[in-house]
Amino acid sequence: MELLTTTNGMEVVYQKPPTLTDTPLRYCPGCGHGVVHKLLMEVVDEMKIQDQTIGVAPVGCSVFAYDYMNIDMQEAAHGRASAVATGIKRILPDKYVFSYQGDGDLAAIGTAETIHTVNRGENILIVFINNAIYGMTGGQMAPTTLLGMVTSTTPFGREQQVMGYPLKITDLVAQLPGAYYVTRQAVHTVQAVRKAKKAIRNAFVYQTRRQGTCFIEIVSNCPSGWKMTPVEANDWLEKNMLPFYPLGDLKVPAS
Amino acid sequence: MKGNEALAEAALRAGLQAYFGYPITPQSEILEYLTEHAPQRGVVVLQAESELAAINMIYGASGAGARVMTSSSGPGISLMQEGISYMASAQLPCLIVNVSRGGPGLGTIQPSQGDYFQAVKGGGHGDYHTIVLAPSSVQEMADFVFEGFRLAELYRTPALILADGALGQMMEKVELPKEGSLPRTDKPWATVGKPAWRERNIITSLHIEPEKMEQVNLELQAKYRAMQKEVRYEEIKTKDAEILLVAFGLAARIAQKAVELAREREIKVGLLRPITLYPFPSYGISELSRKVTALLVVEMNAGQMVEDVQLAVSGRRPVHFKGRMGGMIPSPEEVLEAIESIAESYRIPAFERSM
Repeated sequence: MELLTTTNGMEVVYQKPPTLTDTPLRYCPGCGHGVVHKLLMEVVDEMKIQDQTIGVAPVGCSVFAYDYMNIDMQEAAHGRASAVATGIKRILPDKYVFSYQGDGDLAAIGTAETIHTVNRGENILIVFINNAIYGMTGGQMAPTTLLGMVTSTTPFGREQQVMGYPLKITDLVAQLPGAYYVTRQAVHTVQAVRKAKKAIRNAFVYQTRRQGTCFIEIVSNCPSGWKMTPVEANDWLEKNMLPFYPLGDLKVPAS
Repeated sequence: MKGNEALAEAALRAGLQAYFGYPITPQSEILEYLTEHAPQRGVVVLQAESELAAINMIYGASGAGARVMTSSSGPGISLMQEGISYMASAQLPCLIVNVSRGGPGLGTIQPSQGDYFQAVKGGGHGDYHTIVLAPSSVQEMADFVFEGFRLAELYRTPALILADGALGQMMEKVELPKEGSLPRTDKPWATVGKPAWRERNIITSLHIEPEKMEQVNLELQAKYRAMQKEVRYEEIKTKDAEILLVAFGLAARIAQKAVELAREREIKVGLLRPITLYPFPSYGISELSRKVTALLVVEMNAGQMVEDVQLAVSGRRPVHFKGRMGGMIPSPEEVLEAIESIAESYRIPAFERSM
């Protein structure tokens, strides 16, 4: 991105990429979605692939992702984003295609589509936002909700005997031969944001190799759903989410 | 050629670019034929993990501008309804083939017309319709693929071919349409990557403000009104008919045989065969109904299209029904019996003479 110099002689050292629209973000204060949107669009901008990138928006809080991302996009039914992305990529194999999905979308209602898309090794990028809760519908339990975690449908905390275990779907996906690059990142600190951006950039570059699916989990927060301030949420994420969902690469390309 | 295979080959000749499907009897030959013959013609063909995935792959590929088709039978078509509703709202063209079987539930693999309501009344959630074409021969299985693609792209809407297991499995002579005779249509709305010179393209069915959602609905309804000019139906021996049979698809062939048998007995019977089930030939039926004494609707279900016929006739004439269910096919003799009983009850003179 080229930096502009203003008329009063001051230098612009930071600005939003032109791949983000001017629509004001409607996400709650402290939410990770805005950061991940920006990272994705910065990579698209830096790689100069705005005209070659098609995104698939999910059902969930980021259902309006296409309001913010200045690229061609399709909105998918709940859980079907990776199937829709498959359809796009099969028709446009030379284009960059990514789906952007939450934990309910990808790991509950869309589990079959997720597993089979990766198992076919579709040459797409799946961005998986895991905040352990259904944000859009008001904070219900997600497949990734931690044991003991209070949500609006687990008012006494998630009990394993009743609701089973939190699903580590990224670990599962990493086992599939169709997965090419699987990593778990976060965006709750500056350092984490930098690493997440590098992972996103890697995944876009890898897509041109046509070796399989790239899968990036972003362990994120939901201050509103978790009933915490943004600072408390990031602190809680560090202390509770990361021990169960440790950050790092789960599968990296050989070279 | 088998009906299913004729349909699959016709799809390739009609410029199919992608097919996504899942096996189910009695239509698996479509998927099998395409996996064998499509790849070498540069056509994407993929066996999906479910009908749900298949229709969403269709959504993605259609949104990317491709000419796309999927096929299934009742249980699978039910699974696809989510995606069909989304496509109707997002205004994405596609062709869906239902080689239907007896239901409800898992039902039977024998032919049925029990999916009429699902096909013509929308099928999924929300106010929408799909264009529905009803073939009654292997020739029409092939021809209607072209017509289905043409109408789907013209109106930017899902179109559906409502066939049945017998039409899919039966073998008949067929003249396949010429390759390349269906030109590609311009799709400036497709998501193919946003160049600098245009605004981004967005495929969506989500409009959270009710004012905007109502506007989208008004546009859809205007489109459905415009589609009414695409109504197609066939009339057989209706000129002097005193009893009018109405039947579609396979049932129309049986009804046609019954017309011949009744005419041998000097009962003046005619047949109106709707070819488009949506839009429905209400006007044609309404006009003809004025000239006859009674109507008889013949279906392979518990009586579904008969409701649309009754609406068209508006109580002007009595509308009778003869149907078999659960994969059973009515015989021409059974239909003849129903005709004779109607002729007798209305004292239609020809019938009295034939006694």
